Amino acid sequence: MDTFYFLICGALVMWMAAGFAMLEAGLVRTKNTTEILTKNVALFAIACTMYLVCGYNFMYDGGLFLSGVTTVAGMDDAAIQAVLDASIESGFGDMGEYAGASDFFFQVVFVATAMSIVSGAVAERMKLWAFLLFAVVMTGFIYPIEGGWTWGGKSVFGLYELSYSDYAGSGIVHLAGAAAALAGVLLLGPRKGKYQESGAVKAIPGANLPLATLGTFILWMGWFGFNGGSTLKLGGIGVANEVANVFLNTNAAAAGGLIAAMITARLLFGKTDLTMCLNGALAGLVAITAEPADPTPLLSTFIGAIGGVIVVFSIVTLDKLRIDDPVGAISVHGTVGVFGIFAVLLSDSDATFMGQLIGMLTIFGWVFGTSLIAWIAIKAVMGIRVSAEEEEEGLDIIDCGMEAYPEFVNQ
Amino acid sequence: MKLITTIIKPFKLDDVREALSEIGIQGATVTEVKGFGRQKGHTEMYRGAEYSVDFLPKIKIEVAVKDDLLESAIEAITGAAKTGHIGDGKIFVSDLLQSIRIRTGESGDDAL
Repeated sequence: MDTFYFLICGALVMWMAAGFAMLEAGLVRTKNTTEILTKNVALFAIACTMYLVCGYNFMYDGGLFLSGVTTVAGMDDAAIQAVLDASIESGFGDMGEYAGASDFFFQVVFVATAMSIVSGAVAERMKLWAFLLFAVVMTGFIYPIEGGWTWGGKSVFGLYELSYSDYAGSGIVHLAGAAAALAGVLLLGPRKGKYQESGAVKAIPGANLPLATLGTFILWMGWFGFNGGSTLKLGGIGVANEVANVFLNTNAAAAGGLIAAMITARLLFGKTDLTMCLNGALAGLVAITAEPADPTPLLSTFIGAIGGVIVVFSIVTLDKLRIDDPVGAISVHGTVGVFGIFAVLLSDSDATFMGQLIGMLTIFGWVFGTSLIAWIAIKAVMGIRVSAEEEEEGLDIIDCGMEAYPEFVNQ
Repeated sequence: MKLITTIIKPFKLDDVREALSEIGIQGATVTEVKGFGRQKGHTEMYRGAEYSVDFLPKIKIEVAVKDDLLESAIEAITGAAKTGHIGDGKIFVSDLLQSIRIRTGESGDDAL
């Protein structure tokens, strides 16, 4: 039963890749649509492959090429009986009883989620193959090593161990993705024309807001797997109730985030900016991800709402700092991710401020630092940014040789 | 023969077409265009940043008429396309040297 639950939730999280792809395709210009879609499908495949090759080993000691994971071939009748006996003895108690392969599947889709966050932030100006090369490093090494310290319970290079509480990964997945994205964006620079000489910020509107909205709803749905699956178990009355709470709270936080961002945008800009509403829903989801089980539904709504307010201010602030993030990924997953880590303290008495702070700094420091090194190395070898002319032309033609909408005339 | 070129607000296209039909004009060519005039552009907000729309979408209609229909055509277009607000558009009239119906080879007024 827990295996079944794991697999279904994993499939829901896998579907978040589609959400990210649609959201990002909606918020870039038409001339970069094919390229961003290529990035999204390719990074998913790379994440799955690299996590299989070595990532799972760094995070959970699953062996290179999953050699340590028990599969059907490695399980004879006696082994199955042993697992069964153990679970009956413990009364299907605390620990989930699930197949090793299902754990890998559930974990691997999280890696892809972290990587998806990067693709949106560096959109419209990064070389496709530089990005894919970074995806190899991120999903094979940077993320799994960080995940090993947190969910894997390993000590940080043997120096210290974290007492850090993060249910489904506000920090471990979302802040990590945002930290890697921030390192890339700082090195990459803003899109041409975004920031004028005079200091003014020039908006570059996304091409397809229906797609962006669809993407947000897909992510919202996938998040039930993301948070719900992180309970790791469904069999048992107590734990089934916990899962139900997680679903309820996850949904409440998304709703709270959207409403708060919508109102904030209306008050700040005078118009109800749809893209801010979408970012607000995602911010609510990120904010609740670190602790979706313990808060009351009302508290969850407020946690989401605070995330929704933070994300709007974060996006405006990043623009002032001339950090160009076309889809708001750094704000949604990074800034709000940090808030989510500390929001755990509101409802989980086991978590401590110092534990959360050290965990947050460790994740951010490691991922940002190693990502920066990786980006610099890639920049030295092959360059990370397309030429100004290629950027004008659009990456669809330059990188992929095809347009997303060939029957429309480009401006 | 005269060639009337008129620039109007897009949502007025159907009204203008009906008005032209009513006075017996049997054909026109319509193009979606962008441009600026006294209405100029305007600014919009996106994710907290402003961007300017310098060229506004308009509809261009080209219609060739016999000389005696010119005044009533202009009246029809003006009446149908007018809202009284800035940006209603313009009408340009020029002489037309020749017109030929390709299918039959008719020319001049007969081809209109």
